[in-house]
Amino acid sequence: MSAALLEVESLTKYFTLNGDMVSRIAGKSKTLKAVDDVSFRVRAGETLGLVGESGCGKSTTGRLITRLVEPTSGHIRLKGQDLLAFDHQRMQSVRKEVQLVFQDPYSSLNPRKTIMQILSRPLELHGIANDWRSKREKVLELLNLVGLGQEHIDRYPHEFSGGQRQRIAIARALSVDPELVIGDEPVSALDVSVQAQILNLFRELQEKFSLTYLFIAHDLSVIRHISDRVAVMYVGKIVETGPVEEIFAKPQHPYTKALMAAVPEADPDKPAPKLTLTGEVATPIDPPPGCRLCKRCPIATSNCETDPPPLREIASDHYVACHNI
Amino acid sequence: MSEPVLSVEDLVVQFHLKRGTLTAVNGISFDVKRGETFGLVGESGSGKSVTARAIMRLVPTPPGHVQARRVSIDGRDIYSLNDEQIRAIRGNEIAMVFQEPMSALNPVFTVGSQMGEVLRTNLGMSKGEARERTIELLQMVGIPSAEARIDNYVHEFSGGMRQRVMLAMALSCDPTFLIADEPTTALDVTIQATILELITSMIERFDMSLLFITHNLGVVAHACDRIGVMYASHLVEMGDKREIFSNPMHPYTVGLLNSIPRMDQKSRYLTPIEGTVCNMMDPPEGCKFHPRCAHAMDVCRREVPRWREVAPGHYAACHLNDQSAV
Repeated sequence: MSAALLEVESLTKYFTLNGDMVSRIAGKSKTLKAVDDVSFRVRAGETLGLVGESGCGKSTTGRLITRLVEPTSGHIRLKGQDLLAFDHQRMQSVRKEVQLVFQDPYSSLNPRKTIMQILSRPLELHGIANDWRSKREKVLELLNLVGLGQEHIDRYPHEFSGGQRQRIAIARALSVDPELVIGDEPVSALDVSVQAQILNLFRELQEKFSLTYLFIAHDLSVIRHISDRVAVMYVGKIVETGPVEEIFAKPQHPYTKALMAAVPEADPDKPAPKLTLTGEVATPIDPPPGCRLCKRCPIATSNCETDPPPLREIASDHYVACHNI
Repeated sequence: MSEPVLSVEDLVVQFHLKRGTLTAVNGISFDVKRGETFGLVGESGSGKSVTARAIMRLVPTPPGHVQARRVSIDGRDIYSLNDEQIRAIRGNEIAMVFQEPMSALNPVFTVGSQMGEVLRTNLGMSKGEARERTIELLQMVGIPSAEARIDNYVHEFSGGMRQRVMLAMALSCDPTFLIADEPTTALDVTIQATILELITSMIERFDMSLLFITHNLGVVAHACDRIGVMYASHLVEMGDKREIFSNPMHPYTVGLLNSIPRMDQKSRYLTPIEGTVCNMMDPPEGCKFHPRCAHAMDVCRREVPRWREVAPGHYAACHLNDQSAV
């Protein structure tokens, strides 16, 4: 088993709502627990799929790792170094190692810059290429890598389709030769036929450069396709994590099971999607102390309301946070 | 076989823009029978939503221009009615559920007041009757404590609950035909599952027909009886759901089905459709799919393929299986 490239330990992000002085004194401020005591590791060369529904904290987790959002507490270790101990300058040099690809390629590329300008900026910032000729050479190489041609180099983002823009965003992430690429819903804005192209590109690049991926998505079939291991989040907590085959074949946590049963598969002979949970998603604002699923869970017992279930290993490398499994 | 409720024949929708003319829907024909759910699938920009709007006569003209041999609902031609008559049909006979309830519902009125307005104008109910009926409708679509929630504003509901409100509103005048345009696309899978169940049960309960527009092949596989596949303004294939999934005839449908990552099998690489959708302002000659098609022949570059019945009830527009074209 290879070593962990990224180790996240007890990562927590609380947002204070109504955080002004008056409400705080009056005791009216509320806490939104976006990411609450989340721990996981990503091994070098693997893909960890982080899956969950909107508002579960998966995107915030991705942003915390790059310190685009400052965590409330916890540890983020990249190759053993705790990123949260770094000052701004050292963090800047580490950013090269961790790159992000965002969901919406329409808003993540500056519409007023050409592809050359967009792709050469990180090269300048990290001192990889400084003169025009070497930048141009490197940018052409990047375009070729993501399946675009040299004729595209002086065009603007609006001249590209969604899939092509996502290729540019991937080229930008790869320009600084990172170790870890965090994809925050990188294919969810794309049509299926193009989505398949981009998923193939992710895989191809991973094999070529032995990249490590943290792949954040809400689409279970995408997660199943791209991941080696999976972590399922629900309202700020990881409820289950393990190898992809095992999670999909034998989901254990009631939430994971419900999520799987709700996916409509593109095969009329498969069972129709249905929801095995009752009620609505719990709120991350001042959540109750116990398990976040307890109000909707078919197997909840009285202790679920008061004690938060810890992640326990139930099979090799397969962890579940549930009192009743 | 039962009578079609909706009949669309040779529908063409064009938009005359400064940059030129964009043909969003190019001569499509299909029927929806009574009690049937017809799924219109396609990727963004393929013309499926414009088709829905053309059926409701909601395409703004100008810049839009709608032409059709026939668009009829229950035997009445939508495009020969005057404004007053079409208003009487909208809501009462055809109702629509949109993708984004937050922008389809009015944020400054309570749910009760906007639903009540529909009931009072369309069915001539009194205020009290309308309120009572609204509560019933909200209960029917599964909104808990409807008596209290009726006075809430749209933003006070969650995404799934908003979609329930929209469905209740669409059902309020007991339509015979429902159009659902990507009704679950903005929702999480668990909520999508409940909304799909709800729509299916309402269709049965009210004996309605449904035109279901979506890009999600998983959703059509379960929610629909028959499917039409659209690509770049054309209907390229149509048939029974099982037939389309097990025996797709058009290379685009085949490509689409192969592109989806499967839950039950894992391969390292997917089989995408190469290339990108053509520019609709400047579409290629012949079959619109030919630049991306692995089987493209000379004739595909010249001639638009005919719409043919390839098996009983199964239609496709492709030169590949049309012997007379080669």
